[in-house]
Amino acid sequence: MADKLTFELVAPERLLASVEADMVVLPGEDGDFGVLAEHAPVVSLLRPGVISIYEGDRVDRRVFVAGGFAEVNPKGLIVLAEAAQPLDEMSAEKARQDLKDAEEDLADAKSPGDLERERLERLVAVARAKVEAVEAA
Amino acid sequence: MPSLKELRGRIGSVKQTQKITSAMKMVAASKLKRAQEQAEASRPFAERMSAMLSNLGAGVQGMPGAPPLLAGREGAKSHLLIVATADRGLAGGFNATIVRGARRRIAELQAEGREVKLICVGRKGRDLLRREYGGLIAEFLPVMAPGQKRTEFTDAKVIADKVIDLYNSGGVDEVSVVFNTFKSAVVQILTFKQLIPVELPEKAEASDEAGGSVYDFEPDEERILTELLPRNVGVQVYKALVENAASEQGARMAAMDNATRNAGDMIKRLSLVYNRQRQAQITKELIEIISGAEAI
Repeated sequence: MADKLTFELVAPERLLASVEADMVVLPGEDGDFGVLAEHAPVVSLLRPGVISIYEGDRVDRRVFVAGGFAEVNPKGLIVLAEAAQPLDEMSAEKARQDLKDAEEDLADAKSPGDLERERLERLVAVARAKVEAVEAA
Repeated sequence: MPSLKELRGRIGSVKQTQKITSAMKMVAASKLKRAQEQAEASRPFAERMSAMLSNLGAGVQGMPGAPPLLAGREGAKSHLLIVATADRGLAGGFNATIVRGARRRIAELQAEGREVKLICVGRKGRDLLRREYGGLIAEFLPVMAPGQKRTEFTDAKVIADKVIDLYNSGGVDEVSVVFNTFKSAVVQILTFKQLIPVELPEKAEASDEAGGSVYDFEPDEERILTELLPRNVGVQVYKALVENAASEQGARMAAMDNATRNAGDMIKRLSLVYNRQRQAQITKELIEIISGAEAI
């Protein structure tokens, strides 16, 4: 068995997790990818999605992130998440409601500036990813 | 010499004041604990973010086509200063220090021929700057909405989004923030932090940490930077707000501790005068009675 991977999940408000894992699967901008110990250094954008932390060959924990950045360096893996929530704490109903609200906000925005529209579209994308994540679980 | 009744009244009122200041001290102490924890919890993210930025930014900076948030605009004319203070006073020199620093900075920038704009976060900062620089204040936001208990990241995000909108629309060319960094309950350090263009931290150890290896970027360096830079503004604003919140409570606690002690001293002094005068009065009355009896 190879060495373990040091994984840190940081949100702006606090350090959410700092664990030793066998593998972590990240929702990369261009597709999911797994990180094992001694992965080559990489910096990647993350899309809203689920991070799976593997212990041995089963999933130990799943965490939803609303986008962020991942950095792999020889010391380990660091994820800077915008907002993060363990998947088992989320409810499908709430996620669906959030998606509906976000879509309504976007539809209600009458003549929003480009930036405002972008922001709302992003919120919708996050909410949609959340619903998908919950339904898949 | 004030009469006995007046003295009694004054002692009573100072005692009331002391009760209030000591209660405020307790409140500040418990809020301080919470704010301090929050400030400490927010540090890892800000640190990692800076480290990542310095890894990424060092390679891009100075190259043509570097994002303006990083490289800055040429011939910057206007400067946006975010003045982060508290909503309430009675916190010793907390607000005054920040406002004094901001004033100095505004004068410096104006002397350089820059146009200065202000965003005041916190009621006190606005109140103190309004008279002199009222025309410069572009925006005012209270630190906390009524009933809100703690600063959330989303609050900082709102400010950051406004700043970036202003920047992108060409309203301002440079942005910095002034706040107090929390050092301990009694020591706060007035801090200026440049937000746009981004100030890169020293890269000395960063390259060691990566083991001298070069990063791969996904999807590519530029995309990541364009995402990371605006995000960084939000994080820095958040950091300023939570540091400020902790500093405010620390300053208030120290100020109220002082006030309580002063009130104690004052009570002691007044009691001494009161007792002396009471004795003098008794003596005077006795003399009157005795000399009255002798006269018969």
